[in-house]
Amino acid sequence: MSQHSIEVKNVRIGFMTGDFKDIGLKEFCMRKLTRSYQAKRFWAVDGVSFTLDSGDMLGIIGTNGAGKSTLLKAVSGIMRPLEGSIHINGRVAALLELASGFDSDLTVRENAYLRGAFLGYSREFMNQQCAKIIEFAELQEFEDRPFRQLSSGMKSRLAFSIASMVSPEVLILDEVLSVGDGAFRKRSEKKMLEIINGGATTILVSHSLDQIRNLCNKVLWLDHGKQVAFGQTQPLCDLYEQYLVTKKLPTAEELANALKPAEPLAQPETLAPSGKGE
Amino acid sequence: MFKKYKQYQFLFEELVKRDFSIKYKRTILGIFWSVLSPLLTLLVMRLVFTQFFGRDTPYYTTYLFAGNLVFSYYKDATTNGMKALVGNKDIITKVKMPQYMFVFSTNVSSLINFLITLVVFFAFTLLDGIAPSFRYLALIYPTLCLLVLNIGVGLVLSALYVFFRDMQYLYNIFTLLLMYMSAIFYQVDKYAENIQRLFLLNPVYVCIKYFRVVVIDGTFPSLFYHLLMFGYAAIVMLIGFWIYRRNNQRFLYYM
Repeated sequence: MSQHSIEVKNVRIGFMTGDFKDIGLKEFCMRKLTRSYQAKRFWAVDGVSFTLDSGDMLGIIGTNGAGKSTLLKAVSGIMRPLEGSIHINGRVAALLELASGFDSDLTVRENAYLRGAFLGYSREFMNQQCAKIIEFAELQEFEDRPFRQLSSGMKSRLAFSIASMVSPEVLILDEVLSVGDGAFRKRSEKKMLEIINGGATTILVSHSLDQIRNLCNKVLWLDHGKQVAFGQTQPLCDLYEQYLVTKKLPTAEELANALKPAEPLAQPETLAPSGKGE
Repeated sequence: MFKKYKQYQFLFEELVKRDFSIKYKRTILGIFWSVLSPLLTLLVMRLVFTQFFGRDTPYYTTYLFAGNLVFSYYKDATTNGMKALVGNKDIITKVKMPQYMFVFSTNVSSLINFLITLVVFFAFTLLDGIAPSFRYLALIYPTLCLLVLNIGVGLVLSALYVFFRDMQYLYNIFTLLLMYMSAIFYQVDKYAENIQRLFLLNPVYVCIKYFRVVVIDGTFPSLFYHLLMFGYAAIVMLIGFWIYRRNNQRFLYYM
């Protein structure tokens, strides 16, 4: 059991709505005094479980607001889930919403160092790799220019180059395969495949079903935070495409039928909790 | 412990560097601005208050400056500290790292700012006719205590600011009130003994008093002052760390 590369069990992540973040301290005190204070919890991720082994590539699908990005934050260790557990073996590299979080007044090189520091690289490592990173991002001529002069595609390119400099055991990608223009995209995909073929476990969030069909061997389908299904790529992608047209979640039976032939022992328990659909 | 420090040293240095570039690249006057603004405050106070409070206060310019110097350091450091978490939410929501680093790094730039103003302060004491002395070395102690206090207050405020976004305005009002209670431009001697003691509840006042005793009176404050300053700094710092330990994981849910 412990040899799984990623093991996610019954994870729930909830945000409070209508509580003190929205109303401020003055209003909070007033409402507490008048006993009208109410906060509701909104479950962004609600009871998700899956396990991945080394070399697996998981695609997470689901419509906007299904909880995909939140789940990634939890798996990459940034956010601790309120319930459930996540176990990960090895070093995690998370590439989430790449272009933000840079400082527009610093130069490209300064930003590269800063981001490297955030990711836990050492100064020696950055000294060695900085030229390589900037070269990979094709930003040599911008090296000492302020960051705000860069286009958003260039920013993502730099972010990708920095984050992919290490070879992690677990790679987490949020819509990053679509970074940059044609030429860079090819090279970034190549780089990514290098990491993946090096035995890394990968989790990928993408709205491109083709990409998921081509790359992933497992798929996790989320809907409004709930887990619809976890299993084989092709049947689930077919069902998801159907869903996108009909807007009706498949029934438990349909899911079981779709997944059965491909994988007889396809962890049936993961289908049970939330397969009921409407 | 040491290994952990080493691991985050690079991050810390880069953060300090960033805070500095942001602060000084964006203004034309650069680093002089940080000196200019307390000097202007000093000038206005000197012009306005000399008639009321300056007549029976010896070395009134130095007296004012000492108050302004310490208070503006406190205000600057804690206000920046308060915004340290929320201001970096783009990063905090994407990368796993110790969040208190942001409070630490902004405190470094505030401290350097303070030290630059301190040099100007010493120049003014000369103009005011106070002979320099090795006694000034004693000022290291209140500066360190103030640094710890500022980090502690910054930790507390930055956590609160994550949860309550109106903290900014409330804290602004608080610092304004605190300024009037810190005896920056008036003397406390006019009050009764009991009320004078109440001033000691204000850590910023205690620090200002320390500076004045050393520079203007030419003596050292009593042991009681030392212990009091240390106590304030330690208590606030502990509260700050306690809040961070408890809420470390909750911050993200509110950003």
